[in-house]
Amino acid sequence: MTHLLIALLSGTLVAATPLIFAAVGELVAERSGVLNLGVEGMMLIGAVTAFGAAFAGYPALLAVCAATAAAAAASLLFAVLALTLATNQYAAGLALTILGSGLSGFIGHRFGSDAVPSIAKVHWPMLSDLPVLGPILFGQDPMVYLAWMAAGGVWWFLYRTKPGLVVRVVGEAPHAALAIGYPVIRIRYLTTMFGGAMAGLGGAYLSLAYTPLWVEDMTAGRGWIALALVVFSAWRPGRLLLGAWLFGGVSVLQLFAQGLGVKLPSELLGALPYLSTIVVLVAISRNPQALRLNSPLSLAQPFRPER
Amino acid sequence: MLGVELEPRAAPLRFMRWGSPLLALALTLIASMPLLWTLGLDPLATWRIFFLEPLATLNGVSEWLLKASPLILIALGLTVGFRANVWNIGAEGMFTIGAICSGWLALHFGGAAPRWLLPAMMLAGILGGMAWAAIPAFLKTHANASEILVTLMLNYVAALLLAYLVNGPMQDPQGMNYPQTALFEPAAMLAPLAAGLRVNASIFITAAAVAAAWVLLERSFLGFQLRVGGSAPAAARYAGFRQPQLVWLSLLVSGATAGLAGMLEAAGPLGQLTPVISPGYGFTAIIVAFVGRLSPLGIVFGGLLMSLLYLGGEAVQMSLNVPSSLARSFQGLLLFFLLAADVLILYRIRLRRH
Repeated sequence: MTHLLIALLSGTLVAATPLIFAAVGELVAERSGVLNLGVEGMMLIGAVTAFGAAFAGYPALLAVCAATAAAAAASLLFAVLALTLATNQYAAGLALTILGSGLSGFIGHRFGSDAVPSIAKVHWPMLSDLPVLGPILFGQDPMVYLAWMAAGGVWWFLYRTKPGLVVRVVGEAPHAALAIGYPVIRIRYLTTMFGGAMAGLGGAYLSLAYTPLWVEDMTAGRGWIALALVVFSAWRPGRLLLGAWLFGGVSVLQLFAQGLGVKLPSELLGALPYLSTIVVLVAISRNPQALRLNSPLSLAQPFRPER
Repeated sequence: MLGVELEPRAAPLRFMRWGSPLLALALTLIASMPLLWTLGLDPLATWRIFFLEPLATLNGVSEWLLKASPLILIALGLTVGFRANVWNIGAEGMFTIGAICSGWLALHFGGAAPRWLLPAMMLAGILGGMAWAAIPAFLKTHANASEILVTLMLNYVAALLLAYLVNGPMQDPQGMNYPQTALFEPAAMLAPLAAGLRVNASIFITAAAVAAAWVLLERSFLGFQLRVGGSAPAAARYAGFRQPQLVWLSLLVSGATAGLAGMLEAAGPLGQLTPVISPGYGFTAIIVAFVGRLSPLGIVFGGLLMSLLYLGGEAVQMSLNVPSSLARSFQGLLLFFLLAADVLILYRIRLRRH
């Protein structure tokens, strides 16, 4: 039983990692007023780039960096449309998701079904050998810890630094921010690219560590779940971590359901993460006042300086 | 530093409403050239196979119309929502549920099919799609949950439900354990219009839907309400239009058309249910709606274009071994360039030194 519990909790932390990366990036973008529905597409571009680099024999670190850069570059396509040309952000994000899914399939076609070496786990002296806690907390790969640091770093940035305050002001009152001299569009470009880079990290984690294979559309909706997580978190990094672990737990539960004696068909268990996303969205959105209070005021509104 | 500025035009550039899809198509072709070069292909020759070869035979034209039909049908329904600023990206799931409901009816009667089976299957498809669409509508109007995320999540749920059904309760008992249902009886299927071709009466149903949508959107008070509700929610409230009604209407109409499209696919070219029944029609229809300028007649052209992209993708895959996801990349690029070109309708783009 303890073995099962250890596997379950450790698996939860792993399954939460791509969600944390993607959602933390999107959280910063949304805090500045940019809603990018292209997360799924950027994750796929990150996943295929990382896998391609590892496939070509480059070390994992380089593969991860390449994925980050490629997904950030993809987010620029969205930024030109949504920020410079001030088009509808929903449509521009959807275009990015469709393009990312198509391009990654096009690039990934040549990889066939070969695997790459998966990212090695960290061994912490002493800590990793602790009973129970050791394998759960101190036996993970470095990207799991990087995701936690990213969430902590974003919290510190948003609430404890001046640039973080500026990002929040840009999201709440872009015209006021512009009036006191902050370059709203340029700041939004940066937050959008940060969102892209983080989505790329999430994608890289999927194709290098989670399942070190390339499968077309392997993100399986995680980019969209990340978007829901941002709403769930009420745009706060701490709650986002909690939410990601919750979803991670739900998605590994299906893998262990047989071991736990659950006799449901695997397809229905597979629907659990998607169904729980809906349940969580409903629970969190039911109070419209709270939602409006928490969400950045200018979220998804095209910004044109003239007006 | 060089900056871009948008300068509002005194009057909208009328011709760009239809010019921008053409401009976007041209830009897509140019932007896709590097993709083709990386595969060592000559762009001109590839495009010839992509756009002309599929239409060179009668069979090709039949396939073209057959694939355009569900795209047009789904896009018509989505247009209602997009006009009212209700973002349904769950047509794929509604399509699947429509196919499941009508398929269940077809299998239930088996060989002893009553004469009204096909109309009943159509009704089942429509109601199934509407029921699936009612979930996000209810959650949007009663719990304020984003219809974008709920409809998207339900796509995955519907796909898994279909996978479960064709592996379990609806599996063909004589099917050697393949994940598929039994073949539908001829009475539960739309007959091809001519021997040897696959195109069937679904194109007439789609044509009727285009006419109905035109009346609804362009000639009725409801169409006006939708437009006001989408572009100026405050004004719409002031004028007494209720937002929840628009949400329900948008989702139910798009659920009905997507469910019907699912039934026509199951009772047409498929003739049975398998784990995957749609090559992404629900998503492609979003692009069809935008390329068609959210207008019924435009959607016919958009649907024909996207259908050609599907066929072209298959053609280059067969003759040049190019991955068929090239077609999806084209779709994404096309939507990008279309959104950019549309900016020119209302704005002049100025480059300025800061």
